[in-house]
Amino acid sequence: MKTLVSLGHFLYNRTATMILIAALALGAVSLLLLTLGIAPTTIAVAIAHGSIFSWQKFSHVLSLWIPLLLCSCGLLFTFRAGLWNIGVEGQIICGAIAATALLREGSFGLPPALILTLALALSFFGGGLWGSCAGLLKNRGGVNEIFGGLGLNFVAQGLILWLILGPWKRAGIASMSGTDMFVKELWMYTPPGWRVAPAALLLALATFALTAFLLGATRFGLTVKATGNNPLAARLYAIHPERTGLAAMAIGGGLAGLAGGLQAACVYHRLLPPISSGYGYLALLVVMLANYRIAPVPAICLFFACLAAGSIQLPIVLQLDSALSGVIQGACVVSALLVHGLQKRHKGEN
Amino acid sequence: MDISLPSFLAAIAVMAAPLVLAALGETLTEKAGVVNLSLDGTIVLSAMTGFVVASRSESLTLGFVAAALTGCAVAALLAVIGVWLNQSQVAAGFALTFLCRDLAYFLGSPYARQQGPQLATLPVPFFSDIPFFGKVLFSHSLIVYASFLAIPCCIYFLYHTRHGLLLRTAGENPEGCWARGINPQTVRIIATMTGGTLVGLAGAAFSLAVKPGWGQPQGCEGIGWIALALVIFGSWHPLRVVAGAYLFGMLQLLGIYFQDSFPTIPAQIFQVAPFPLMIFTLILIHLSSNRKNRITRLFSGNPPKWLGRAYRRS
Amino acid sequence: MIELTNIHKTFGKVHALTGVNLKAEAGTIHGIVGENGAGKSTLMKVLTGFIGRSGGEILFQGQKVRLDSPKDALRLGIGMLYQEPLDFPQLSVLDNFMAGRAVFAPVEARTELARLAATFGFTLHPDNRVEELTIGERQQLELLRLIGDGARLLILDEPTTGISKEQQDLLFTALGKLKTDGATILLVSHKLEEIDLLCDTVTVLRHGRVAATRQRPFDRDALLQAMFDSLPEPQAPPEPKRGGIPVLEFEKVTGSGGRSGLQKVSITIRAGEVVGLAGIDGSGQGIFLKIACGLVPPESGRILRFGAPLQGKAKETGRTTVFLPADRLGEGLFPGMTVREHHLLAAPGSALITSATGLTVSRRAIATHSIKGQPETAVEDLSGGNQQRLLLSFIPDGVRLILMENPTRGLDVHSAAWTWRHLHSRLHADGAIVFASPDLEELMSQASRIVVFYNGKIVLDTPTRATDYQRLSRAITGQIDPVGTC
Repeated sequence: MKTLVSLGHFLYNRTATMILIAALALGAVSLLLLTLGIAPTTIAVAIAHGSIFSWQKFSHVLSLWIPLLLCSCGLLFTFRAGLWNIGVEGQIICGAIAATALLREGSFGLPPALILTLALALSFFGGGLWGSCAGLLKNRGGVNEIFGGLGLNFVAQGLILWLILGPWKRAGIASMSGTDMFVKELWMYTPPGWRVAPAALLLALATFALTAFLLGATRFGLTVKATGNNPLAARLYAIHPERTGLAAMAIGGGLAGLAGGLQAACVYHRLLPPISSGYGYLALLVVMLANYRIAPVPAICLFFACLAAGSIQLPIVLQLDSALSGVIQGACVVSALLVHGLQKRHKGEN
Repeated sequence: MDISLPSFLAAIAVMAAPLVLAALGETLTEKAGVVNLSLDGTIVLSAMTGFVVASRSESLTLGFVAAALTGCAVAALLAVIGVWLNQSQVAAGFALTFLCRDLAYFLGSPYARQQGPQLATLPVPFFSDIPFFGKVLFSHSLIVYASFLAIPCCIYFLYHTRHGLLLRTAGENPEGCWARGINPQTVRIIATMTGGTLVGLAGAAFSLAVKPGWGQPQGCEGIGWIALALVIFGSWHPLRVVAGAYLFGMLQLLGIYFQDSFPTIPAQIFQVAPFPLMIFTLILIHLSSNRKNRITRLFSGNPPKWLGRAYRRS
Repeated sequence: MIELTNIHKTFGKVHALTGVNLKAEAGTIHGIVGENGAGKSTLMKVLTGFIGRSGGEILFQGQKVRLDSPKDALRLGIGMLYQEPLDFPQLSVLDNFMAGRAVFAPVEARTELARLAATFGFTLHPDNRVEELTIGERQQLELLRLIGDGARLLILDEPTTGISKEQQDLLFTALGKLKTDGATILLVSHKLEEIDLLCDTVTVLRHGRVAATRQRPFDRDALLQAMFDSLPEPQAPPEPKRGGIPVLEFEKVTGSGGRSGLQKVSITIRAGEVVGLAGIDGSGQGIFLKIACGLVPPESGRILRFGAPLQGKAKETGRTTVFLPADRLGEGLFPGMTVREHHLLAAPGSALITSATGLTVSRRAIATHSIKGQPETAVEDLSGGNQQRLLLSFIPDGVRLILMENPTRGLDVHSAAWTWRHLHSRLHADGAIVFASPDLEELMSQASRIVVFYNGKIVLDTPTRATDYQRLSRAITGQIDPVGTC
């Protein structure tokens, strides 16, 4: 009975917090829209219409959900280890580059599934390598991972531009619209009427399950958590904080790279400059809004994906900029910080 | 293209002006122990407000005021979350960066690629006729002069005034500050807002002077991150921070020159290149300064002791 | 001059002060004594408004005053010298002297600082950075600043901890001078000799209450009786054990860390020994322990543990050697994680972990170490004593070298006694205990051999039997010629 009551309390608290955050964020955005003379309901309808009212639209939402979820899973590792992995964008790009390096060569007459699997494995390594670079800069040079990651983002951006405009340029003329398409047989299977490959969807779900398992139910997860909580103490428990941090960066980068590989292999079927589309930064917001916990991540990713997909219609339907989705997402995270802070303050002063 | 030395230096001064303002603003903030990571978004947002207000009111002054107020307001929000509520300053800064950037694109989209007012150059009479220095220092717009003036003002304020001393004590040891009868929270909040004001001015310096106009992208994206990196690797001293800002201005300018000289290489590469180059230059300096010798010690310095750490009275 | 009535202070559920009354007259030195954790520092911080009080009144020169912040206190002329100087290490001496003043006047402040320093015989260079000063000098600077700011009621919290004999003499002279000038001084201390020497009145605190107030001359036994619930048995130092096999050998080891680092230190510690490391904070004893357990690599020199050279790998710590840091929550535990999770991390085991894994181990450890907590309690919710018990419960069987910093810091007498009984019982026949402590009494009663560090070097290495308080305290402040190991 006692546990039931405390469980009730717990849910009540979590739910109350969630409602508070949503009310604050949506209230602020509504107020902004009203001052601009736009009815918030119109926006809500337009976004819902563009995201969940038809399977075709919703499958588009899912295609955004996949990379977002993968990057968020990666960030769960790095946040647990106490690291701000801001280099996710670069890791996505490197994953995409690694996958493209293989896929653009054709299938060599081998089964496409094998080539695709290999390409995705490569993308994991590509992203992981980029993540490890930031980790090594921190361990060896004492360079804060925020700035190491940022620098590597810029480098990755330069690298992808150079590849697309130089060595991998489209037959005939180099173009910002990307490389040549991969051969048709290397497109991941997408049923007619779908905008998302079922295999990619399964892969994302499996990755989330694996992340939850590794972080929640293994000694490795406990080690990562300990490192993040107190790297100084970690050594006393025979934990190598640097090595653990590096492992977290490599896994985080690998998952981001996987997201990039999937973008190239089953969304665009080519490499193009904006392949990372800001998923890396958006994933940071997702995990912050989840308050660094694992369970809420898929739902928040779905919410953010709906906003992103739904807002694409805004310029056409309402002549409004699609950046509104970013405003709502950002407002959610800022309100979450405000609400959590106020709760802490309230508790502290009791 | 005019590539004489004075005009090259003058162009650097213009290129770097917003960065100087932003980096000095962040230096003030961090000296008080607060990390304002929202710089990049703040610059974009204030560039937008500056441009929109200036073109609708047809007053450049109002444009700059609006931009400064925007920067100040964002910093105030950061201070509420990161100082008053003791939440992670890094998290607040990240969230605000993305919020501000998208807010700027959303609100500013009706004004994209419109003609707007632009700050005229205002050569200082007599001084601008001095050979060499006249061209380099005295033939600019007001905001560039402001960036020049901000440097000595900032140093004077930090190291030679009572309030500058208070600001440093709040970043160094807020408990000591409190023991001396000063509320470190207040000092930190005011310092953050002052720094934010300078960052806001940097935004307007882009949209009303250095890269006039508004669009998506505006062209000032990424500068905020460079400013943040400069403060850390300039080891929290205004002079070293500013030196880094001019170095970056030079890299950007070289990019533009090389773009014309190497037409075979895509122009985008030259636009992106200064960013990784700058960050890795800073990282290299940082790495070499781990080894102690006289030259590298110039670049090394310690962060304020309580940087990023909250203070709460028990 | 000042009168405190019925002061209360609670931290969450903990009552730090309960109904404290205290009255101090102008031109007197009033001592506040009590054991660690009795509430001395808390009471003083309440008096300066540094921390808020939960209840009670303060009368200053007969007037009721609010005293809600140090600002109020400074306006009334109440200033405090904190145990750990609350100054700004990276700022210059002059900046520190001026910080907080209403008027910014560097030139005048420079002259004033020089004048005040000369009055008390202190030597302070205004342009030096404070981090380069010794604790004693930092204290002198703070004292001058308070006097310069017009403080008439001075509070000193354990001012003689960590300062040299000369600095102590200077300080006592200064206090005498201030007293003659009519200032009121509150002196917090746990050293009865200082109280005897300086104070006119003394208030004894115990568990956050006033246990006694006495006038000069003081009856030392009565004071002790008031300070402690039951007088700790004066313990005879353990028998020195010699001739065991070497457990830890340092050969000309140099390392950096702490204030002075470690400079070419050589020592051999043998099985069966309990070695106490003494010295002013940062004199080398802390870094000695960190190097010995492999947390910090040495810069040069050779280290042998159990006869084999130290590799500097993380795996080496934990099985045969344990290190218990002084800052338990900061360096030894993971705030936000549970007791059970700590037990899981402390011992190797299965790679898979469910909510039941390690529960029995954790329960058993909690029971055998009388930890007041549950397997699912977060470690930051444990009291200091229980955190120490938890750390002790990680010591695996068969450990041969136990390294500790301030093993009983923040513990009450009974927890401290329990800790030591437990440590002696865990000592392996082929093992040794090495601990650093600022508490001479603890060193004299627990160690079989005492090693004194000064400026990164060993200046005294002696069996406990062959030394006394006098000799130790002189060595700690560097008043002995460097000697080799004996």
